[in-house]
Formats: sequence, C-alpha cells, structure tokens
Amino acid sequence: MIDFQPVKILYALFSIFIIFNIGLLIQGIVRKIGARVGKRYGIRFYQPYIDLIKNYSLRTSITHGIMFYLGPVFRLTGGLGVFLFIPIIFGSVYFQNFSFSGDIILVLYFIFFGALGMALGAGEGGHPYSAIGVSRGLAQVTAAEIPLVIAIMGIAIQYQTFSVSEIVAAQQGGIANWTMITNPLLTILGMVAYLGSMMRSPFDVVLAPQEIPIGPPTEYHSTFLGILQTNRSIFPMAKTVLFVNIFFGGATNWFILIIKIFLIYMWSVFVAVVFPRFRVDQSIRWFYKYALPLGAVVIFITTLLF
Amino acid sequence: MDKKDLKKRTVTTPDGKKIEVDPMKDYFSQAKPKIHKPGKTVFEKFLDWARAESLWILGFGTGCGAIEMRPLMTPRFDAFRYGIQWRPTPRQSNVFVIAGYLSVKTLKRVIRSYEQMQGPKYVVALGSCTINGGMYWDSYNTINRLDYYLPVDIYIAGCMPRPESLLAGFEELKKLIKQGKGEGANIYAEKFDWYKNNQKQIIKDWDMPDYNW
Repeated sequence: MIDFQPVKILYALFSIFIIFNIGLLIQGIVRKIGARVGKRYGIRFYQPYIDLIKNYSLRTSITHGIMFYLGPVFRLTGGLGVFLFIPIIFGSVYFQNFSFSGDIILVLYFIFFGALGMALGAGEGGHPYSAIGVSRGLAQVTAAEIPLVIAIMGIAIQYQTFSVSEIVAAQQGGIANWTMITNPLLTILGMVAYLGSMMRSPFDVVLAPQEIPIGPPTEYHSTFLGILQTNRSIFPMAKTVLFVNIFFGGATNWFILIIKIFLIYMWSVFVAVVFPRFRVDQSIRWFYKYALPLGAVVIFITTLLF
Repeated sequence: MDKKDLKKRTVTTPDGKKIEVDPMKDYFSQAKPKIHKPGKTVFEKFLDWARAESLWILGFGTGCGAIEMRPLMTPRFDAFRYGIQWRPTPRQSNVFVIAGYLSVKTLKRVIRSYEQMQGPKYVVALGSCTINGGMYWDSYNTINRLDYYLPVDIYIAGCMPRPESLLAGFEELKKLIKQGKGEGANIYAEKFDWYKNNQKQIIKDWDMPDYNW
C-alpha cells in the first residue's frame, strides 16, 4: 500500500532548508578553525553564504552545450536524492523524509549519481583539467564505494533489514546498542569509505589544488558554480546523516543530530590535517589494498556473529 | 596551439568523411560583449554588497608585483578575513590584479583571461608601471598605460606597494562596488571597439578571435 501524504513534501523542503544551512555553517566554521590553527583570523564564518549569493548574482554566464547545463543539475539531484530518502530524526513524524523499506539501496545509487552527472557536464566543458579530474573522480568514487557497499551489506546482515528507520530503531536505548559498539570493525570500514568521498586529503585527488587546480568545475561559473556550491553544502551533510543513522544510533532531535554531524565531519577534517595528499594511484591502490581486504574480513565476522 | 591549426581547412574523419574545420569559428564565440544594465533597486544594492564582500582574485601573477600578493595569504596580513580569496580559473574570478609591469606578450594572455571572466568584473592595477610605465616607461616591450587596454577600477601606486597598500586598495574597491561604481565590464562592452583598436596597435601578431567570451 502506498502511504503518501502531500504534506510530507513541505516537511522534506523544510528539512532540506535546515540541512543546507547546517552545511554552509559547518563549511565556514571548519575553514575558520583551520585558519585559527594556522594562526590566521581566516574567513568570516558566514563567508560561504556571501560567496553563494555572489555567484548566483553574476550577470553573465556562457554555456558549452546541453550537458554543461545538466552537469550541476545532476550533481544537485544526487545530493538531494541522498538526503530525501534518509529519515532525519528518529521518532519524529515530520522529519522522516521519503524513507521506505528499501531506502538504503536507493541511497547507494544516488551517492554515485552525482559523480556521473558531473562527468558528463565537465567533459563538455572541454578543459583538460576537467577531463583529468573527472576520470580521477570516477576511479576514486568507485574504489571508495566498494568498502561503503560492503559496510552497508554488513549492516543489512546485522539488522536483517534494508530500511534505515528500522536500523535506527534497533540501535535505540543507549550507546551500547549503537553499531559503533556492537560491530566496531564494520564502523571502521564505513568511516574509511566516508573519507574517500569527502574530497579532503589524503584522498583529495579530484580537486587536487596543487596539481590540476580544482579539476572538474574549472569551467563552471556564476549560477552553475552556485548550484555546485549548494550541492557541496547538502551532499556531505546528507552522507553524514546516513552515517549517523546507520553507525551512531541516529538522532532523536536536531540538537543531537547537529552535534553528531559535526563530530563525524570533523573526523574527515582531522585526517585531512594529519595526512598529506595521496597521488591518484596511491589513493585508489590504498582502497583496494587495505579497505577491500578489511571489508572481506568484516563481512565474514559479521555473518558469523549475527 | 600552433598557428596553422587555427586556419580554415578540410580534415578527414576516422570513418572517411571529409569535413571543413574553421577553429576560429568553431571553438570561439565571435559575439561582442553585451551591456548588462545594473538595476536600481534595493535588491541590487544587496547584491552589490555581496559582490564586494566576496572578491575572488584570479591567481595570475602578471609582473614582479605579484610577489606582494603572496603575503596576503599569510597569517601576518591574512586577506581572507576581508572576504578576499584566490581562484585558479578566470571563469570563477571577479578581480584581476595586474601586478606591476605588463609586457606585450603577457597583455595578450591578460586580455584573453579578462574576457573569460564573468561580469561584473573588476581590474586592480598595482604599482606605478600600470599608471605611466614606471621605471619601464621607455622599454620596448612593456605597455605604459593600462587603462588604454582594459577598464581599470582602482590604481594602487607605488614601486612596489606594500601588502598593506594592497589591502587598503581592496577596501577602496569594496566601497566603489557598494556605491554601484564597479561597472568595468559594462564600460568595456560600451567602448569595445576603442579598446580593441588600442590592443591591436600593441599586439602585432593578433592570432586570436576578437572576443574570447
């Protein structure tokens, strides 16, 4: 039976609005923290908002073709798609988005979707750095996706369900029930996969500022860049919400959710400040050499235990 | 790109068809820049504020003055706190800093990069060389007055101006933009023929389209 109420759309839009603001603020705050560590004042924490308004308000833009238009749109669709099918707040009637019994599979598709869209769009941009960046990006996303898929298979085996809501429900009742405690190896695997898709060093091979300055979005400007920036604030947050839900017991209110999002996001930031950037071959090899065998072991243990 | 690659010619495709290629027409737009009239509403004021507070500089060191831009990224001067950031591509930048002397060879690249930037865009001329040639005023290979070739929004005099002067200059540029006076892109579109004429007088081997988007 399809249980759909139109009012859900309004709640989903509202939660997109909230997560969009959280994303922009975390971007600003993280850059501010980075600057203070380097003894600079750094950007104002609300600078991402101004940059976004500026980019949307530029008067001219040029296009290289239809796919160039659609690239950022696909990218944003990927980000929103991940977000729209994950329940946000456990136990809340309003912030369940469009979660259903097999949502975690659909979310996996959407995580990959944005990268493919960007590949088509940036390819038509015609800049050599875009092409290099995109080919690197697809290789990297594929390499990091394998541990992520194994982790999610492990979750499905452990909780015997493909529904994020049920996974969160099974983790309620204190920290001892979180996947983090009940299956630590699986969580480690998931967090490794998380690093691979956050575009931070050491896995920062797509934008690679010192090598192929900013890679795929080289040709993107004004509104196109604005859409990509919008996605940059929604997509990482959506992935983080997914990780909060499947590994860290979900959240029963926005306050707990924001704290968990911030802590998980800071994990990728900490790793980024400690480790220098991998070359593209090193980064992809790292996933196949260490993350993939770890995944095989973890899925074996999980099958034995649960 | 070699110069003969820019000529019109017939090429054979991998499946044996003969097609005519005219790179100047196929790869570049020949359309003249258009004037985009700024609105006069309160909303436009707000957008001008956003444009002023988010200055993205094109990371292109054109002359010796570029060395004065580097300290702005360091903890001592830290331009990021004023909303000034560097971008690696002209498409995403709004501010072009012409850093010091400008050789004829670089002028060609500067014009191409400037035309690829999206409006509203601003030019900051740094150092005396951009005003009257400075110590290179009688050089055979540098231009003397920048505003013959590009619409300059603000000059920062000195040889070389210290990073503090640069910061002060950027603050002045912000004031201009907030007053709605940062219309360099429109001035360039309005007097396009005049600028092109001046540019062509200096650049003898003009082998690019008249307008590179």
